[in-house]
Amino acid sequence: MPADISTAEPAPPRPARRARFLPWAPTLTLVVMLGPVLAGLAGTLAPSVGLMPALGGTTLSLAPWQALFDWPGLPRAVALSLGVGFAATALSLALVILICAGWAGTRPFGVIERLLSPLLSVPHAAAAFGLAFLIAPSGWIARALSPWATGWDRPPDLLILQDPAGLSLIFGLVTKEVPFLLLMTLAALTQTRPGPSLRIAQALGYARVTGWLKTVFPPVYRQIRLPVYAVLAFSMSVVDVAIILGPNTPPTLAVQVVRWMNDPDLGLRFQAAAGAVLQLGLVLLGLGLWRLMELAVARIGRAWIASGARGQASVEQTLRTAALILGATAALAVIAGLAGQAVWSLAGLWQFPDLLPDGFTLRNWQRFGPHLSGPALETGSIAACSTCLALLLTLACLEAEHRHGLRPATRALWLLYIPLIVPQVAFLAGFQTFSISAGIDGGRAAVILAHLVFVLPYVFLALADPWRAWDRNQDTIARALGAGPDRVLWAVRLPMLLRPVLTAAAVGFAVSVGQYLPTLLVGAGRVPTLTTEAVALASGGDRRVIGVYALAQMAAAFAPFALAVLLPRLLWRNRKGLLNG
Amino acid sequence: MIRQMLTSLAALALAAPLAAQEVAPDPGDWQTVTETARGQTVYWHAWGGSNAINDYIAWAGRTVRDRHGVTVEHVKLKDTADAVSRVIAEKSAGKDAGGAVDLIWINGENFAAMKEQGLLFGPWAEDLPNWQFVDVEGKPAVTADFTVPTEGLEAPWGMAQIIFYHDTARLTEPPRSIAALADWARANPGRFAYPQPPDFLGSTFLKQAVMELAPDPSVLIQLVNEESYQTATAPLWAYLDDLTPNLWRSGAAYPQSGPRLIQMMADGEIDLALSFNPNEPSNAIANNELPDTVRTYVLDGGTIGNASFVAIPYNASAKAGALVLANFLMSPEAQARKQDPAVWGSGTVLAMDKLNPEDRAGFDAIERGIATLTPEELGQTLPEPHPSWMVRIEQDWTARYGVGQ
Repeated sequence: MPADISTAEPAPPRPARRARFLPWAPTLTLVVMLGPVLAGLAGTLAPSVGLMPALGGTTLSLAPWQALFDWPGLPRAVALSLGVGFAATALSLALVILICAGWAGTRPFGVIERLLSPLLSVPHAAAAFGLAFLIAPSGWIARALSPWATGWDRPPDLLILQDPAGLSLIFGLVTKEVPFLLLMTLAALTQTRPGPSLRIAQALGYARVTGWLKTVFPPVYRQIRLPVYAVLAFSMSVVDVAIILGPNTPPTLAVQVVRWMNDPDLGLRFQAAAGAVLQLGLVLLGLGLWRLMELAVARIGRAWIASGARGQASVEQTLRTAALILGATAALAVIAGLAGQAVWSLAGLWQFPDLLPDGFTLRNWQRFGPHLSGPALETGSIAACSTCLALLLTLACLEAEHRHGLRPATRALWLLYIPLIVPQVAFLAGFQTFSISAGIDGGRAAVILAHLVFVLPYVFLALADPWRAWDRNQDTIARALGAGPDRVLWAVRLPMLLRPVLTAAAVGFAVSVGQYLPTLLVGAGRVPTLTTEAVALASGGDRRVIGVYALAQMAAAFAPFALAVLLPRLLWRNRKGLLNG
Repeated sequence: MIRQMLTSLAALALAAPLAAQEVAPDPGDWQTVTETARGQTVYWHAWGGSNAINDYIAWAGRTVRDRHGVTVEHVKLKDTADAVSRVIAEKSAGKDAGGAVDLIWINGENFAAMKEQGLLFGPWAEDLPNWQFVDVEGKPAVTADFTVPTEGLEAPWGMAQIIFYHDTARLTEPPRSIAALADWARANPGRFAYPQPPDFLGSTFLKQAVMELAPDPSVLIQLVNEESYQTATAPLWAYLDDLTPNLWRSGAAYPQSGPRLIQMMADGEIDLALSFNPNEPSNAIANNELPDTVRTYVLDGGTIGNASFVAIPYNASAKAGALVLANFLMSPEAQARKQDPAVWGSGTVLAMDKLNPEDRAGFDAIERGIATLTPEELGQTLPEPHPSWMVRIEQDWTARYGVGQ
């Protein structure tokens, strides 16, 4: 194969050439993932220094940065972004660690594991809307307690949502990040095999949580470090959740950048680009600070481990209980929020302080149900295509690694995380311009490629570890029996790993379903999905419509998770050993 | 053989961009426009946050498809700026033909910006067959969009006016002037909110206030200058300093859009709100979003009104189809349906005395919504200030109230 293939347009490999395609798979994967991000970044950097000929910006200038620094809200917006990012990430991580340390292997932990997939499949914006209705002064909790307990027959004028410190935003982010980090931690736990070290620690008299933290946590954290970075970057630059739950006088920097991009005054586009570059810098700074904190914690932690303290039973018990209560609160908040949206989608008039609507009606579903099918079909086909492509590239990479020893160095692994770490506001506008120039925008195919950028990392991360953990003796035996590498792949490895493959596909599918900005920008608005329709309708603020679309969105994201659990059970109902893949 | 094929392919490749440029239609030759339009698909980018409006757009699309063979796809936006961004991105990428946006629902600052940057096709609006019915004399806003001359670059399709609404079950005597509003808020802290500028409605509230408070409101329709700005806005800032502590959440948080006010009114969080669509509360009552005790009113000195428009980007793909659709939207039939509160309830841009009796009868037959005012009650609208004022006022508002000092 000619050498220039690595820079060619990404295209699905042809099966006949698979054998020769495999060695190129890692390169192709990186090009597909990083190309759009880099092209987009270039398209944002240029206007940030005054270059945007379409708007008359033809000379290099620092005026956009000047304007950015003149904005009086900048210090607070920057502080908010950093504060919210660190608080949400630290809280989520602490909660996940305590849940695993305190409860792994117990019955409540099994319940938590089963809740993971549904919680993961709730789109961020839907979870945020649900939470907003729950905790607002006129929300469901206040309604449940009013007027009999609170004496309120009017909602009080309390600043709970959109508080200037961003507390409700942090809470909202934690409810969504805990399931993600937990999933990643569970995957890491199967690799690090904590059983033996934990047993030794307990035999030496260490209490459960202390023993876990001292022996299991260090290797586990090394495995989940990159997902933690992704969570930090996401929490610092999230837009949709921050608009719903976050403060607005001023908002976080990412939200302000989007506001400038949407301003009728087109001159603000330059300032917006400078803000987007600053947002990227802020994320890098945040990652650097986090790394410093890691070093500090590691230092303190080593001293603590060396001290040999066994842990006090009372402290242990408090920590375990607190973890369970907090974890349950986070999960319940999402579930109750969804329930609230389900009720709204069936609601007639529903005023404060009524716990339930005056009347229930199917009108909202009758009105919007027929409009759901088109976008649902579009959502499904785009998600299916981008997930299949991602799966194909991922499997090709993993097989290349297996057959040719092309294991990406640990140093190269962080490249996978670039689309998750670079803030969307920093590259999507530039990516739009790039895709128009390349003539690939405006259609379903372009949207699928754009989704692939975000789906691929998640699919790869979800599949890589189980794939590598496969017992190689199976390969040796099959080869000894005369099977070629292809036959081993199709007849042995894939069937055995069906469940992780399907789970990875479900994660990818859910990621695709949730994409808003990439769909809108690259699809030129001509590819309506459930998410783009939901966001447009949500701008009208009617909770009934939002409820209908949020439930439809959630159903679309959840269906593949359900399939991933059911399908292997159905296919392997008479081969129990295969179920554990 | 192969060479021949290659040559014809090259010719095709060369001809394609030329053909795309040649289709720029001439609205003066309406026959040709309708012929070209047949079979085209018009991507109409319009705000998608209202079910009533979405349904109306779907109806208009069905009608022009049946009558003129033009397919209409409503691209539902959360913000008009998304369509503007799209056109800018296309211009940046050098895509000067075959653009993704064929028609935009637009007005005010977005129009001023696109006009200034040369991003619009035209002039065409005043050559449309239905232009003859437009109330150019009685409604100056149809040719001056926020005082910026439209010059035929956009066609009016609806009138809007600020109204206030309140739940009579909780508030019987609402304040009827900007000054009285501050007094009422002092007595009832936390029960009034306006969306955070530069939201459209929030900015309009500031404009309404500055018009009532400025010593000489006539300067507002001219281009802003430093001296007139200081004189005209000093009372506004004094007023807002007084009002802000009595706003919902003491002004520490603001609703992010106009429609959000409906939900806040329904939740009982606020007692007084405003809207740019005189019929919006009636629609909300019909949709169970508001109790039927809600009523609307305008301030004693009158309120700001404006027109909203449709415009065609310079690089639109289906210009002829967009012209046919824009013309239909200005027709007596479409305008009467639009004014019906059961459908949408947005004011017409047409002059009743220019219509023939049957068309006028269509308007006369419309029943108003329970909370909708009569045209007499709505009264004469105040003109929008020049857009240059808004830029300054929004900037200063953000510095004073939008960053949490």
